[in-house]
Amino acid sequence: MASSASGVGPRPIGERLRSGLLTTLLLLPAGIWYLVLLVAPLVIIIVFSFGTRAKNGGYAPAFVFDNYVRAFQKPEPFITSLQMATIGTILCLLVGLPLAYYLATRAGRYRGVLILLLVIPFWTSFLIRTYAWLLILGPDAGLAGFLESVTGAEQVQILGTPIAVMIGLVYNYLPLMVFPLYVTLERMDRTLVEASKDLGAGRWGTFRQVTLPIALPGLVTGSILVFIPMMGEYVIPQILGYGRTYLMGNALVTDFLEARNWPSGSARAVFLIVIMIVTLAGYVWFVNRGRKTREVSVL
Amino acid sequence: MTAPAVARAAGRGARRPAARQRVDRWAGVVEGYFRLHAALTYAFLFLPIIVVVVLAFNATTKATTVWGGFSLRWFQIALADEVVRDALTNSFWIAIPNAFMATAFGTMAALGLQRVGRRIRLGFDVLTYMSIIVPEIVIALATLILFATSFDAIQSWFGLKLKFGRETIIAAHVLFNTSLVLLLVRARLSGMDRTLVDASADLFATPWRTFRQITWPQLLPAVIAGFLLSFTFSFDDFVITTFVSGPGSSTLPLFIFGQVKRGVTPETNAVATMMLAFTLAMLFVGQLFLGWQARRSGRRAGISIGEMVTDA
Repeated sequence: MASSASGVGPRPIGERLRSGLLTTLLLLPAGIWYLVLLVAPLVIIIVFSFGTRAKNGGYAPAFVFDNYVRAFQKPEPFITSLQMATIGTILCLLVGLPLAYYLATRAGRYRGVLILLLVIPFWTSFLIRTYAWLLILGPDAGLAGFLESVTGAEQVQILGTPIAVMIGLVYNYLPLMVFPLYVTLERMDRTLVEASKDLGAGRWGTFRQVTLPIALPGLVTGSILVFIPMMGEYVIPQILGYGRTYLMGNALVTDFLEARNWPSGSARAVFLIVIMIVTLAGYVWFVNRGRKTREVSVL
Repeated sequence: MTAPAVARAAGRGARRPAARQRVDRWAGVVEGYFRLHAALTYAFLFLPIIVVVVLAFNATTKATTVWGGFSLRWFQIALADEVVRDALTNSFWIAIPNAFMATAFGTMAALGLQRVGRRIRLGFDVLTYMSIIVPEIVIALATLILFATSFDAIQSWFGLKLKFGRETIIAAHVLFNTSLVLLLVRARLSGMDRTLVDASADLFATPWRTFRQITWPQLLPAVIAGFLLSFTFSFDDFVITTFVSGPGSSTLPLFIFGQVKRGVTPETNAVATMMLAFTLAMLFVGQLFLGWQARRSGRRAGISIGEMVTDA
């Protein structure tokens, strides 16, 4: 970039060689890392997904489709994941949209502080934030006791149920929904809202016809950012669901480590990656529709 | 961010007709709802963190969630615990090399990608995004399988016995964090003022000098944000770490998970509180540094890590 700016006419060969060498050196470490720790593992699980389980566990070379067939015949973990991630995304949206709207239009001079407060949970340990709910939802702790006294029920058991897992999912991924929503709403031209109201539209009409279409890109980005990690979640059902809410991530770990059926686990993993790629491709198509230049920015 | 906000505020103050306010009976209710919603959401976000921190100071020796008075004893117990100390050492000796490597690799790649054609850039983009969107659990298990298979192969071919430990954890962490730094630095690069680079070149500065005096100072905030994020992501990571760790390379998150499985004790909360305090201190220091950096270079002091993360 810098070297070409001053260049008038062809550069000497020595300089071009040196420049090419520098570029290669700059890209080499990251390139090696991607190749060895991303491409190679993914290739390995694709290869293994067509194999069979060795007698005492692991992988034995073969070329069969049994593992994929089995994954389709027993789709329960996938369906549970899909349900939880869909409901979780909707809940994040219901909680996140009004918050993002508040931050973008009403927070005033506290906005900077409030954004920082949103980043803080994002920075702190996922594991700590998740196990903290054990203390809140636990049998001898606050919330369950409160619910028991309110409803008159004998014992309210939240932990170990899908509800606890759902609380954990929404809690952990909410900031990822709020950030992109906030960014789009913050850039919105507020005079459009004024115009809509001056033209006689009500609050709901203005929201539906002006604000929502403008917020849509942020809404879709946020939903993707929330949905994808929810599909692959492993820790939250393990801690808050006592392993009873059995998601794709848990099925993977069972396959690989307990059943030691690497090919079966690999097929599930490949399936999960394909889902991610399809979701993301749909997203890129959505963002770029009607546009000439392509943009692949996800984050 | 500030300029439109000011214009907006001025416009609103000057032009809002008094008549509409009288007609809009629901205004108060709607405003109230937004405020309540925001307050409740922030309470929801911070309640768990506050609960952990408060219960870390619980003097109780029986039930973790029943308040038995204020005490620092669990911090003393945690700090004297050999297992915690080993985990702490491991955590640092993984997070620090990881942060240096990821920051170097990511920054270098971001700079290198400016010098290559579309096709190579697209290939790198695909890999970068793959490393971020492929679920952590899939990467963790696939990496475990890769290491296990290749370690077996190396042993049978060369008789060399490789083991899981800090090195395998660092290698796996660097992958994700390199992508993170790459995206942060590239966002900064694309938002940079190119005319300065051109001007510097026109003034006969060597490319290296242009880089050192023009590009680097502008990149520094992103590089530092990338370093701090890489450090904390590695320091806090559980999923990848648990699958590629070996005997004796347990980190603080692994320690906490083990405790959680057996039942949370005030000691767990004390360790968690120290981790939280450390992470927040890092965030704070990073913020101070960015503010200082901005003041020194005469720009507005408002660049925050939060903004960098939300923008990227």
